Amino acid sequence: MAEEMRAPGAATESSTPSEGQGPGQGQGQSHGHRPGPRGPRPGGPGGPGGREGGRKYFRRKKVCKFCVEKIENINYKDVRLLAQFVAESGKIVPRRLTGVCTPHQRRLSSAIKQARNIALLPFAGRAN
Amino acid sequence: MNRTYEVMFIVRPDMAEEDLDKLISTLETAVTSTNGTVKSVEKMGKRRLAYVVGRFHDGMYVLLTVEGGGGLIHELERRLRVSEPVIKFLTVRIDEEQKRLDKIKKLRDARKKASAAPAAAATPEGGETAPVTA
Repeated sequence: MAEEMRAPGAATESSTPSEGQGPGQGQGQSHGHRPGPRGPRPGGPGGPGGREGGRKYFRRKKVCKFCVEKIENINYKDVRLLAQFVAESGKIVPRRLTGVCTPHQRRLSSAIKQARNIALLPFAGRAN
Repeated sequence: MNRTYEVMFIVRPDMAEEDLDKLISTLETAVTSTNGTVKSVEKMGKRRLAYVVGRFHDGMYVLLTVEGGGGLIHELERRLRVSEPVIKFLTVRIDEEQKRLDKIKKLRDARKKASAAPAAAATPEGGETAPVTA
Protein backbone atom coordinates (compact mmCIF):
# COMPACT_ATOMS: atom_id res chain seq x y z
CA MET A 1 0.00 0.00 0.00
CA ALA A 2 2.69 2.46 -0.94
CA GLU A 3 0.91 5.69 -1.54
CA GLU A 4 2.25 7.52 -4.47
CA MET A 5 2.68 11.22 -4.02
CA ARG A 6 1.24 12.78 -7.10
CA ALA A 7 2.40 16.11 -8.29
CA PRO A 8 0.41 18.87 -6.63
CA GLY A 9 -1.05 19.93 -9.94
CA ALA A 10 -2.84 16.69 -10.65
CA ALA A 11 -6.03 17.07 -8.74
CA THR A 12 -7.86 14.02 -9.98
CA GLU A 13 -7.46 10.95 -7.86
CA SER A 14 -8.05 8.15 -10.23
CA SER A 15 -7.86 4.67 -8.87
CA THR A 16 -5.78 3.42 -11.75
CA PRO A 17 -2.08 3.15 -11.04
CA SER A 18 0.41 5.27 -12.82
CA GLU A 19 -0.28 4.42 -16.41
CA GLY A 20 1.23 7.18 -18.36
CA GLN A 21 -0.73 6.54 -21.50
CA GLY A 22 -4.26 7.84 -21.54
CA PRO A 23 -4.82 9.47 -18.18
CA GLY A 24 -1.43 11.03 -18.26
CA GLN A 25 -2.27 13.16 -21.18
CA GLY A 26 -5.88 13.53 -20.23
CA GLN A 27 -5.07 15.31 -17.04
CA GLY A 28 -3.31 17.94 -18.94
CA GLN A 29 -0.48 18.43 -16.56
CA SER A 30 2.16 15.96 -17.51
CA HIS A 31 4.98 17.10 -15.39
CA GLY A 32 7.00 14.13 -16.35
CA HIS A 33 6.92 12.79 -12.83
CA ARG A 34 5.21 9.66 -13.91
CA PRO A 35 7.68 6.96 -14.72
CA GLY A 36 5.78 5.82 -17.79
CA PRO A 37 3.54 2.84 -18.34
CA ARG A 38 3.77 0.71 -15.25
CA GLY A 39 7.04 2.19 -14.28
CA PRO A 40 9.21 0.52 -11.72
CA ARG A 41 8.10 2.19 -8.56
CA PRO A 42 8.57 -0.36 -5.82
CA GLY A 43 8.27 2.11 -3.02
CA GLY A 44 9.05 -0.49 -0.44
CA PRO A 45 8.59 -4.24 -0.08
CA GLY A 46 6.50 -5.65 -2.79
CA GLY A 47 5.17 -8.68 -0.98
CA PRO A 48 4.24 -7.84 2.58
CA GLY A 49 3.56 -4.20 1.96
CA GLY A 50 3.43 -1.58 4.62
CA ARG A 51 6.59 0.30 5.29
CA GLU A 52 8.13 -0.65 8.58
CA GLY A 53 11.26 1.38 8.82
CA GLY A 54 12.50 0.66 5.34
CA ARG A 55 12.51 -3.11 5.24
CA LYS A 56 14.33 -4.89 2.51
CA TYR A 57 12.62 -6.76 -0.25
CA PHE A 58 10.41 -9.71 0.60
CA ARG A 59 10.80 -10.45 4.24
CA ARG A 60 8.68 -13.58 3.88
CA LYS A 61 10.79 -15.82 6.03
CA LYS A 62 8.14 -16.50 8.62
CA VAL A 63 6.47 -19.85 8.25
CA CYS A 64 3.03 -20.86 9.31
CA LYS A 65 3.20 -22.23 12.81
CA PHE A 66 0.29 -24.56 12.22
CA CYS A 67 1.73 -26.02 9.06
CA VAL A 68 5.07 -26.66 10.66
CA GLU A 69 3.81 -28.21 13.85
CA LYS A 70 0.95 -29.93 12.06
CA ILE A 71 -1.67 -28.57 14.39
CA GLU A 72 -4.96 -29.22 12.71
CA ASN A 73 -7.41 -28.72 15.54
CA ILE A 74 -7.64 -25.01 16.15
CA ASN A 75 -10.23 -24.89 18.88
CA TYR A 76 -11.76 -21.95 20.65
CA LYS A 77 -11.03 -23.70 23.93
CA ASP A 78 -7.23 -23.59 23.92
CA VAL A 79 -6.80 -20.02 24.93
CA ARG A 80 -3.06 -20.20 25.24
CA LEU A 81 -2.64 -21.08 21.60
CA LEU A 82 -5.06 -18.40 20.47
CA ALA A 83 -3.59 -15.74 22.72
CA GLN A 84 -0.33 -15.92 20.79
CA PHE A 85 -2.12 -14.47 17.77
CA VAL A 86 -3.89 -11.72 19.62
CA ALA A 87 -2.29 -8.35 20.20
CA GLU A 88 -2.07 -6.54 23.51
CA SER A 89 -5.10 -4.51 22.57
CA GLY A 90 -7.09 -7.68 21.97
CA LYS A 91 -7.05 -7.35 18.19
CA ILE A 92 -6.36 -10.31 15.93
CA VAL A 93 -2.87 -9.97 14.50
CA PRO A 94 -2.78 -9.87 10.69
CA ARG A 95 -1.17 -12.78 8.97
CA ARG A 96 1.51 -10.74 7.36
CA LEU A 97 3.00 -10.27 10.81
CA THR A 98 2.58 -13.78 12.11
CA GLY A 99 3.24 -15.64 8.88
CA VAL A 100 0.21 -17.88 9.17
CA CYS A 101 -1.13 -19.30 5.94
CA THR A 102 -4.57 -18.30 4.75
CA PRO A 103 -6.69 -21.36 5.59
CA HIS A 104 -5.21 -21.51 9.05
CA GLN A 105 -5.67 -17.81 9.56
CA ARG A 106 -9.32 -18.14 8.68
CA ARG A 107 -9.83 -20.95 11.16
CA LEU A 108 -7.83 -19.14 13.77
CA SER A 109 -9.87 -16.03 13.26
CA SER A 110 -13.18 -17.80 13.73
CA ALA A 111 -11.82 -19.64 16.77
CA ILE A 112 -10.77 -16.35 18.30
CA LYS A 113 -14.17 -14.86 17.64
CA GLN A 114 -15.86 -17.86 19.26
CA ALA A 115 -13.55 -17.56 22.25
CA ARG A 116 -14.42 -13.91 22.54
CA ASN A 117 -18.08 -14.74 22.59
CA ILE A 118 -17.70 -17.13 25.48
CA ALA A 119 -15.54 -14.70 27.46
CA LEU A 120 -12.32 -16.67 27.12
CA LEU A 121 -10.68 -13.82 25.26
CA PRO A 122 -11.52 -10.14 25.53
CA PHE A 123 -12.96 -8.10 22.73
CA ALA A 124 -10.71 -5.20 23.66
CA GLY A 125 -8.05 -4.76 26.27
CA ARG A 126 -5.43 -6.99 27.76
CA ALA A 127 -6.15 -10.69 28.18
CA ASN A 128 -5.51 -11.69 31.78
CA MET B 1 -29.63 -37.49 12.92
CA ASN B 2 -26.09 -37.80 14.09
CA ARG B 3 -25.13 -34.17 14.51
CA THR B 4 -22.72 -33.60 17.30
CA TYR B 5 -22.80 -30.35 19.17
CA GLU B 6 -20.68 -28.84 21.84
CA VAL B 7 -22.46 -26.53 24.25
CA MET B 8 -20.36 -24.48 26.55
CA PHE B 9 -22.11 -22.39 29.13
CA ILE B 10 -21.08 -20.21 32.01
CA VAL B 11 -22.84 -20.36 35.32
CA ARG B 12 -22.63 -17.64 37.94
CA PRO B 13 -19.78 -18.29 40.35
CA ASP B 14 -21.77 -18.07 43.55
CA MET B 15 -23.79 -21.12 42.71
CA ALA B 16 -23.66 -24.20 44.88
CA GLU B 17 -22.24 -27.42 43.55
CA GLU B 18 -25.40 -29.45 43.98
CA ASP B 19 -27.50 -26.79 42.28
CA LEU B 20 -25.15 -26.99 39.35
CA ASP B 21 -25.53 -30.76 39.26
CA LYS B 22 -29.28 -30.38 39.37
CA LEU B 23 -29.14 -27.99 36.47
CA ILE B 24 -26.96 -30.33 34.47
CA SER B 25 -29.24 -33.29 35.11
CA THR B 26 -32.24 -31.23 34.00
CA LEU B 27 -30.45 -30.47 30.77
CA GLU B 28 -29.54 -34.11 30.34
CA THR B 29 -33.13 -35.20 30.73
CA ALA B 30 -34.12 -32.59 28.18
CA VAL B 31 -31.60 -34.07 25.80
CA THR B 32 -32.72 -37.65 26.25
CA SER B 33 -36.37 -36.72 25.98
CA THR B 34 -35.76 -35.41 22.49
CA ASN B 35 -34.02 -38.61 21.41
CA GLY B 36 -30.54 -37.30 21.85
CA THR B 37 -27.56 -38.65 23.68
CA VAL B 38 -25.25 -36.90 26.04
CA LYS B 39 -21.72 -37.82 25.13
CA SER B 40 -19.90 -36.05 27.90
CA VAL B 41 -20.22 -33.45 30.57
CA GLU B 42 -17.16 -31.61 31.68
CA LYS B 43 -17.07 -29.09 34.43
CA MET B 44 -14.17 -26.86 33.65
CA GLY B 45 -14.20 -25.11 36.96
CA LYS B 46 -14.15 -21.51 37.92
CA ARG B 47 -12.35 -19.16 35.60
CA ARG B 48 -11.84 -15.47 35.40
CA LEU B 49 -13.88 -13.99 32.60
CA ALA B 50 -12.18 -11.85 30.01
CA TYR B 51 -14.81 -9.16 30.43
CA VAL B 52 -17.66 -8.43 32.78
CA VAL B 53 -20.74 -10.47 32.04
CA GLY B 54 -23.84 -9.47 33.95
CA ARG B 55 -21.92 -7.93 36.84
CA PHE B 56 -19.73 -11.03 37.28
CA HIS B 57 -15.99 -11.25 36.90
CA ASP B 58 -15.69 -15.02 37.30
CA GLY B 59 -17.78 -17.91 36.21
CA MET B 60 -18.06 -21.68 36.31
CA TYR B 61 -17.59 -23.15 32.87
CA VAL B 62 -19.39 -26.31 31.84
CA LEU B 63 -18.89 -28.14 28.57
CA LEU B 64 -21.61 -30.42 27.32
CA THR B 65 -21.23 -32.60 24.27
CA VAL B 66 -24.48 -33.90 22.86
CA GLU B 67 -25.61 -35.75 19.82
CA GLY B 68 -28.95 -35.27 18.18
CA GLY B 69 -30.97 -33.22 15.77
CA GLY B 70 -31.40 -29.52 15.43
CA GLY B 71 -34.57 -29.44 17.48
CA LEU B 72 -32.61 -30.73 20.42
CA ILE B 73 -30.38 -27.70 20.39
CA HIS B 74 -33.36 -25.43 20.05
CA GLU B 75 -34.80 -26.90 23.22
CA LEU B 76 -31.50 -26.90 25.06
CA GLU B 77 -30.77 -23.29 24.26
CA ARG B 78 -34.25 -22.28 25.30
CA ARG B 79 -33.67 -23.85 28.67
CA LEU B 80 -30.30 -22.22 29.02
CA ARG B 81 -31.76 -18.86 28.12
CA VAL B 82 -34.48 -18.98 30.76
CA SER B 83 -32.41 -20.49 33.53
CA GLU B 84 -31.30 -17.74 35.81
CA PRO B 85 -27.83 -18.94 36.85
CA VAL B 86 -26.61 -19.39 33.30
CA ILE B 87 -25.09 -16.13 32.12
CA LYS B 88 -23.67 -17.09 28.74
CA PHE B 89 -23.70 -20.03 26.38
CA LEU B 90 -22.21 -20.98 23.07
CA THR B 91 -23.17 -23.88 20.81
CA VAL B 92 -20.83 -25.19 18.19
CA ARG B 93 -21.53 -27.96 15.74
CA ILE B 94 -18.55 -30.28 15.62
CA ASP B 95 -19.39 -33.31 13.51
CA GLU B 96 -18.15 -31.84 10.24
CA GLU B 97 -14.99 -30.65 11.89
CA GLN B 98 -14.54 -34.05 13.47
CA LYS B 99 -14.92 -35.69 10.09
CA ARG B 100 -12.24 -33.46 8.65
CA LEU B 101 -9.87 -34.15 11.51
CA ASP B 102 -10.42 -37.88 11.24
CA LYS B 103 -9.74 -37.77 7.53
CA ILE B 104 -6.49 -35.93 8.06
CA LYS B 105 -5.48 -38.30 10.80
CA LYS B 106 -6.25 -41.27 8.60
CA LEU B 107 -4.23 -39.78 5.78
CA ARG B 108 -1.30 -39.12 8.04
CA ASP B 109 -1.38 -42.59 9.53
CA ALA B 110 -1.61 -44.19 6.12
CA ARG B 111 1.34 -42.19 4.90
CA LYS B 112 3.31 -43.05 7.98
CA LYS B 113 2.62 -46.73 7.47
CA ALA B 114 3.47 -46.57 3.80
CA SER B 115 6.79 -44.94 4.43
CA ALA B 116 7.66 -47.00 7.48
CA ALA B 117 7.16 -50.23 5.58
CA PRO B 118 9.66 -49.89 2.72
CA ALA B 119 12.16 -47.48 4.22
CA ALA B 120 13.86 -48.05 7.50
CA ALA B 121 14.41 -44.37 8.15
CA ALA B 122 11.36 -42.92 9.83
CA THR B 123 10.80 -39.63 8.14
CA PRO B 124 7.03 -39.42 8.19
CA GLU B 125 5.47 -37.00 5.72
CA GLY B 126 7.24 -35.22 2.98
CA GLY B 127 5.27 -32.05 3.34
CA GLU B 128 7.33 -30.36 5.97
CA THR B 129 8.86 -27.02 5.19
CA ALA B 130 12.52 -26.78 5.85
CA PRO B 131 13.45 -24.93 9.02
CA VAL B 132 14.45 -21.39 8.15
CA THR B 133 16.68 -19.04 9.98
CA ALA B 134 14.88 -16.13 11.48
